[in-house]
Amino acid sequence: MGKTIAEKILAKKAGRKDVQPGEIVTCRVDLAMSHENARLVMRHFDKIGVDKVWDPDRIVIIFDHRVPAESEITAIGQKEIREFVKSQGIKHFYDINVGICHQVLAEKGFSRPGILLVGTDSHTTTAGAFGAFATGVGATDMAAVWATGELWLRVPETIKIVVNGELPTGVYAKDVILHIIGKLGADGADYKAVEFYGETITRMSVASRMVMSNLSMEMGAKAAIIPPDDKTLEYVQSRTSCDYEPIYADDDAQYVETYEFDVANLSPQVACPHSVDNVKPIEEVEGIKVDQAVIGSCTNGRLEDLIEAAKILSTRHVHKDVRLIVIPASWEVYRQALKQGVIETFINAGAVIINPGCGPCLGAHQGVLAPGEVAIASTNRNFQGRMGSPDSFVYLASPATVAASAVEGKITDPRRLLR
Amino acid sequence: MVLTGRVWKFGTNINTDIIYPGKFLKITDPTQMASYAFASIYPDFHKSVTPGDIIVAGRNFGCGSSREQAVLCLKHLGIGAIVAESIARIYYRNAINVGLPAIICPNITAHVNNGDILELHLESGQLLNKSTGVKLQFTPLPPFILNIIRSGGLIPYLRTCNPSRR
Repeated sequence: MGKTIAEKILAKKAGRKDVQPGEIVTCRVDLAMSHENARLVMRHFDKIGVDKVWDPDRIVIIFDHRVPAESEITAIGQKEIREFVKSQGIKHFYDINVGICHQVLAEKGFSRPGILLVGTDSHTTTAGAFGAFATGVGATDMAAVWATGELWLRVPETIKIVVNGELPTGVYAKDVILHIIGKLGADGADYKAVEFYGETITRMSVASRMVMSNLSMEMGAKAAIIPPDDKTLEYVQSRTSCDYEPIYADDDAQYVETYEFDVANLSPQVACPHSVDNVKPIEEVEGIKVDQAVIGSCTNGRLEDLIEAAKILSTRHVHKDVRLIVIPASWEVYRQALKQGVIETFINAGAVIINPGCGPCLGAHQGVLAPGEVAIASTNRNFQGRMGSPDSFVYLASPATVAASAVEGKITDPRRLLR
Repeated sequence: MVLTGRVWKFGTNINTDIIYPGKFLKITDPTQMASYAFASIYPDFHKSVTPGDIIVAGRNFGCGSSREQAVLCLKHLGIGAIVAESIARIYYRNAINVGLPAIICPNITAHVNNGDILELHLESGQLLNKSTGVKLQFTPLPPFILNIIRSGGLIPYLRTCNPSRR
């Protein structure tokens, strides 16, 4: 019987000929990523009773959630982590001036085909865009990985999602994945791996594919894998000299479900409060007044995202009643955007640029919402209270839709402003 | 293992921002962490819970972030178990890993009211609603996971399995 990519990677990492969906296996981890929650991991690690981590070269720590520190308690946590990194000889450490962990993993060549990558962040699925089995775990899990290099995993069933059709102007990967989540539901892929196929995916840039794998987490996916192609390999080879082995599904692989989508006539999509699967086409939500607009996050803060938003803002100004906050996903993106004049476009339009990181996405700092306020954001979650007050409202959309809405002061179809 | 406790009933898609808001993630003190469980929708939750109480919820409990604090806050409050129609996968792992029994029981919300007393038999998969007499069957936890729960979580389990780490 044929195997899916997830089954093949987990079998390899478990040292087995093959594995069956549903069984629990113990796998060797290739790469273990944490951000500021490394502090909680350290506390658990201390209790295990080993002095040294299993392999300091396979641990990556990237500060992104509160950069620079917004409070004394965060500053203390970051200080403790810096000391731990030094004492353990962890050389893959990125401080407050590098970027969002999932973007940095890609840029620094850690996201590679065929590897098992775990991270103490749910959106670790992003690295699936490079053909990795990449999944989010908790702090206790990570402490166990730091100590042993191993992790228990249930082998997931795999869902096959095929996307065909040429994306219309003003419609992006974000719209495609929001549409899919709207159809499958917030738990539509819970405990399952997803594999993406189809001409739309093949045509997508590496950055757009990362959007697909990133947001698949919002339908519960354990991993969201895009089979590596020339585009993937070209990107990865330009970033790392490490060995890796692309892994592909067998032709007769067994999928628990298969879904096909044709996106040739898709409208821009918006996820309405307070659930990522509460997705509506732009036509149904246009006109809702917004107080804040946010372009950034691990979902949509890459160069192509900033460029699309800048196209709309280059001849326009942000509405007087709206605060537009822009957060490049990394310093590399920031530098490229500066070089291309994109940052200047944002500033001239009245946007506030903040340091690459998670920013207000998780409601910790740098743009939290007051009661009654409405935000439209290119981020990944619109849960009640996510971006500040439990009485605020977050709508999720593409960077172009966010930029158009920032200009008009209300949710706006970007296609009208892109003409 | 048999667990008995009073029910706190929740709906579907109860996400990690509802269980433990992001702004409190920097907190490390267990008592303080416990006091922020469900803080945004139910600020007095921590005052109302008694040790052993059981969370009952609909589908996709704990969806969202990987934040272990969303499990730890309930553990530190003394919550004895979570029984839901489904549990988001990272939340499920986190619960098991900190030694908090997480049980999946389809249709549980149709058979349980807020405040009912439940009796859970983890090995056999029997659930008795002592307030109504209703009996339900859930798929027992796999032996591997049950062993982690019996040890009190993944870290004590690792210490037990590997004497050199004691």
